[in-house]
Amino acid sequence: MTAETAIRVRGLRKSYRDVHVLRGVDLDAPRGSVFALLGSNGAGKTTAVRILSTLLTADTGTATVHGFDVSAQAAEVREVISLTGQFAAVDEILSGRENLVLVARLRHLKNAGGIADELLARFALADAGRRRVSTYSGGMRRRLDIAMSLIGKPPVVFLDEPTTGLDPEGRMEVWRTVKELARGGTTVLLTTQYLEEAEHLADRIAILHEGRIIANGTLAELKQLMPAATVEYVEKQPGLEEIFLAIIGTAGGGREAARDGAAASDWKGRR
Amino acid sequence: MTIRAFGDTAVLTGRSLRHIVRSPDTIITTAVMPIAFLLLFVYVFGGAIDTGAGSYVNYLLPGILLITVASGIAYTAYRLFLDLKGGIVDRFQSMPIARSSVLWAHVLTSLVANAVSLIVVVGVALLMGFRTGAGVSSWLAVTGILTAFTLALTWIAVVAGLSAKSVDGASAFSYPLIFLPFISSAFVPTETMPGPVRWFAENQPVTSIVNTIRGLFAEQPVGDDIWTAVGWCVGILVVAYGCSAMIYRNRVS
Repeated sequence: MTAETAIRVRGLRKSYRDVHVLRGVDLDAPRGSVFALLGSNGAGKTTAVRILSTLLTADTGTATVHGFDVSAQAAEVREVISLTGQFAAVDEILSGRENLVLVARLRHLKNAGGIADELLARFALADAGRRRVSTYSGGMRRRLDIAMSLIGKPPVVFLDEPTTGLDPEGRMEVWRTVKELARGGTTVLLTTQYLEEAEHLADRIAILHEGRIIANGTLAELKQLMPAATVEYVEKQPGLEEIFLAIIGTAGGGREAARDGAAASDWKGRR
Repeated sequence: MTIRAFGDTAVLTGRSLRHIVRSPDTIITTAVMPIAFLLLFVYVFGGAIDTGAGSYVNYLLPGILLITVASGIAYTAYRLFLDLKGGIVDRFQSMPIARSSVLWAHVLTSLVANAVSLIVVVGVALLMGFRTGAGVSSWLAVTGILTAFTLALTWIAVVAGLSAKSVDGASAFSYPLIFLPFISSAFVPTETMPGPVRWFAENQPVTSIVNTIRGLFAEQPVGDDIWTAVGWCVGILVVAYGCSAMIYRNRVS
């Protein structure tokens, strides 16, 4: 275990009766990196994240987070992680601010109200802060959900399919947040079924398929698995997503998202 | 660790109490059915029921109070189920808090919500002519027994909430509990029932609890009933708590 490894997994297995969800998973996520666990539905991504966040115990194998074993030192692991699950785990009946205050209190932090206000501002929820979450849009909920995960500045953040079910704008917002976290030195392990997302965000990508990691490395390393690139000339038309974002961007608010979207497409274009 | 557990429980209890304050209908609906029974049995059937001396509303109230609790705890199962399904329990469990505080918060909230419902029902009974000369110690004893009964049933509700597969399943378990007082001394004296029914009625938990509360309100000696009642409450509490703890732990494997 080196000091640079934030998450280390060896030989992780988990079965439910005859269903072998994880069949020996190994992975290492360096500190401060964005690590994408890429896989289709049912590949075992959520199970892996649940084991790493101490919600589930593995049958065999070991997993350590910041040097703490997830089964033997679960309490220590919980001090250094936070989890944003597949569905926004927010309290619908409370207001956005009350949700944040709740988590800050549970993390035993002083000045819970101040922390809540700061996060509301940072996630563009200040105006909606005192409204009940049941009135929020899907994107707002997800933003609140991620804001709740950042309380107490945990060094390791798990994001389980953070953009599933979000509209393009909401997805850009999440992407921006992930990049910001990475810049601040937080280790982010995110699961996704979108290739584009992994490509856009991750320093390292592991492909989980039928309970095994079948490929693991940086994007450049993964590209080497493919035959050498050939040069083709393709006329570049704006995609519908760019058009959509450009149009709504003129109405204000979405401009930065549109820029980000264009950047994402440039990235694709460079391939 | 223990101090932290109390602190976490307090924070989470504050959260679910807010839920109740923001949907007071849960307290109203809890009280509506018992009040309907109270009206129905006092003003419709009561005239034909012979319970000996004393007013029928005095006779009936203890059983109605138990029905109130039995219908109130369904909301605990319902809220717990929604928390589990919505993923917020996962969020809490992945945080550095005492895990048991998640369940205790729901249990304490149930105690508060049921207490309010019970006060509403007693208020209606007073309007309908319920009278007692019970002193402070008797009222304390009644409060204690109702608290123990609520705790015991709430832990059953926790089992239901933890193991339910659907919202309907989470609250359906309470129907038999609501029905139990009907086959007890709550509405009519057990002596009027045929053999096997009478045997069941006299040996199930509700009868001893009803008789105890009735005796305390009527300022009469309660005899062994109070110990049987306490025994049932504690027994159910221990078994249901044990089951809840086991199911809760097994979710993490």
